[in-house]
Amino acid sequence: MQEAFATALARWPTSGIPPSPAGWLITTARNKALDRLRRESTRAEREHAGQVLIEHEEIEEHDVRDNHLRLIFTCCHPALACESQVALTLRLLGGLTTDEIGRAFLTPVPTIAQRISRAKGKISDAGIPYRVPEAAELPARLHTVLMVVYLIFNEGYIASSGDQLVRPDLCDEAIRLGRQLAELLPEESEVIGLVALMLLIDARRTAREAGRSFVRLADQDRNLWDQLQIEEGRYLLRICLERNRPGPYQLQAAINAVHCDARTAADTDWHQILVLYDHLMGIAPSPVVALNRAVVVAELEGAERALRLVDAIELPHYHLFHAVRADLLSRLGRFPDAASAYRIAIDQCANQMERDFLVQQYRSLNRGATSDS
Amino acid sequence: MKQYVLSVCYPAGSTQPPPDRVKAIMSDVDAVRREMQSAGAWVFSGGLCPPSSATVVKHQNGEIVTIDGPFIESKEQIGGFTILKAPDLDAAILWARKLARATTTPIEVRPLVEHCN
Repeated sequence: MQEAFATALARWPTSGIPPSPAGWLITTARNKALDRLRRESTRAEREHAGQVLIEHEEIEEHDVRDNHLRLIFTCCHPALACESQVALTLRLLGGLTTDEIGRAFLTPVPTIAQRISRAKGKISDAGIPYRVPEAAELPARLHTVLMVVYLIFNEGYIASSGDQLVRPDLCDEAIRLGRQLAELLPEESEVIGLVALMLLIDARRTAREAGRSFVRLADQDRNLWDQLQIEEGRYLLRICLERNRPGPYQLQAAINAVHCDARTAADTDWHQILVLYDHLMGIAPSPVVALNRAVVVAELEGAERALRLVDAIELPHYHLFHAVRADLLSRLGRFPDAASAYRIAIDQCANQMERDFLVQQYRSLNRGATSDS
Repeated sequence: MKQYVLSVCYPAGSTQPPPDRVKAIMSDVDAVRREMQSAGAWVFSGGLCPPSSATVVKHQNGEIVTIDGPFIESKEQIGGFTILKAPDLDAAILWARKLARATTTPIEVRPLVEHCN
C-alpha cells in the first residue's frame, strides 16, 4: 500500500485529488501486488506474494476484478482523446512505464507524460466516474474499450512508422488486456471475438518477416505459423459463434480462421471469406472493409472486376488503398498506371519494412514492363 | 455534486432555421429544461442575443473604456447555456444528449471549478 501511495502522489502532481482517491489508491495497490505476482519467477515467491496480498489487504478476488474493470472503463472513457485512452490504458492497466510507451509509439517521453497527466487532470476536473457503465450504456462504452485494445494490437502488428515491422511487446500487451477483459466480461461475445482475432493474426507474426523483409500472406511459410495459438483462436471463435451474436471482431476472427485453415495459399477458401466479408459489410461497413473485400473479389472474379470496386472506394490517404490498386493494375498489364499508384503508396507508407516491400514491387513492375515492351 | 455548463454551440454566421422550426426547437428545449427542473438538476439557463449585441469593457492606458463587442472572435458561437448539478460527467453527458437532440446543435459540457471548503 505504501508503494501505491507513493505512486499515487507522483501521479497526481498538478491535478489535485482524484475523483475517488481511495479507489485509485486501492486499485494501484492491487495492481502493484498483481504486477509483483506476475513478475515473481518462482512458485514459492508467487505463493508468498499471494499470501502477502491476502493477509495485508484482505482483498477478495471479486473486488480485484471489479476494480480492474472500473479502471478499464475510466481509462477508455469517450470523453478522453483516443491517444490519451491508449496511453492511460498502457500505463495503468498494462503496467508499461512512460518510457516504454514513448518507445513503443515513437513519441517523445515528455509528450506521453503530458498526455497522461492531462488525461488524469480531465478525469479529476470533469468528474469522469470510476465505475462500470450501466447495462444500457455498456455496448457503446465497451466498443471504445475494444477499439483501444485493438488499436494497441495493430500498432504492435504493423507499426505505423519506424523501421521495425512488428512491436511484439505491444501485441503481447494487447492480447493480455483482451484476455483480462474476456475474463471480466465472459458474457460479451465481441470481447472473446477480439481475443480470437488477435491470437489468429498474431500466430502468423514470425512468418511475416524473412530476414529484414516483409512477407505477404500468400508467400508466407505456413510451417512457421504458431499452431497452438491458432488452435486457441479457433476454440475461442467457436465458443462465441455458437452464441449467435455476431459482431465485427468475431467476423474478422472468422475470416482469419479461414486463412489459417488453408495448408497452402492456393487452398484458401475464398468463397467462404467473401461470404464473411459480405456479412461484415452488412453490420459494420467501412471503406477499409470494402477494400479488403475487393481483394477477395480479385481472387474469385479477377482483377478487372476488383479494380472497378476499388475505384469506387474513397481512401486517398491510405497507403494500402494505392498498393492494392497498383497490384490490380499490374495484373491487368497497365504498368504505367500501376507504377504511379505504387509511387503514391510508397510516398504514404511510414513503416520502413513495408515501404521496402512496396519499392521492391515497384521495381519488379518496371522490369516486367521493360521486358514486355 | 459538481456543476456543469452546457453550452449550445453553432457555427458563426449560420442562418436561423425557418420560424416554425425554431418554434419546435424552443418547445423541445423547454421540455428538457422542465425535465431537468423536476429532477433537481437545473440551476440556471438562458439564451444569448447575437454576438453583435455584445459590449466590451476593458482596461486601456490606465482607464476603463467601453467599446463595441464581441471580444471573442471565433468560427463557433455560443447561443445559450444551461448550468446544472450532476454527480459526475456521465450524468452531465446524459443531459447533454437530451439537449443536443432538442437544439439539434453540438453541446459543450464543461465543469465549473469546485470550491474547496
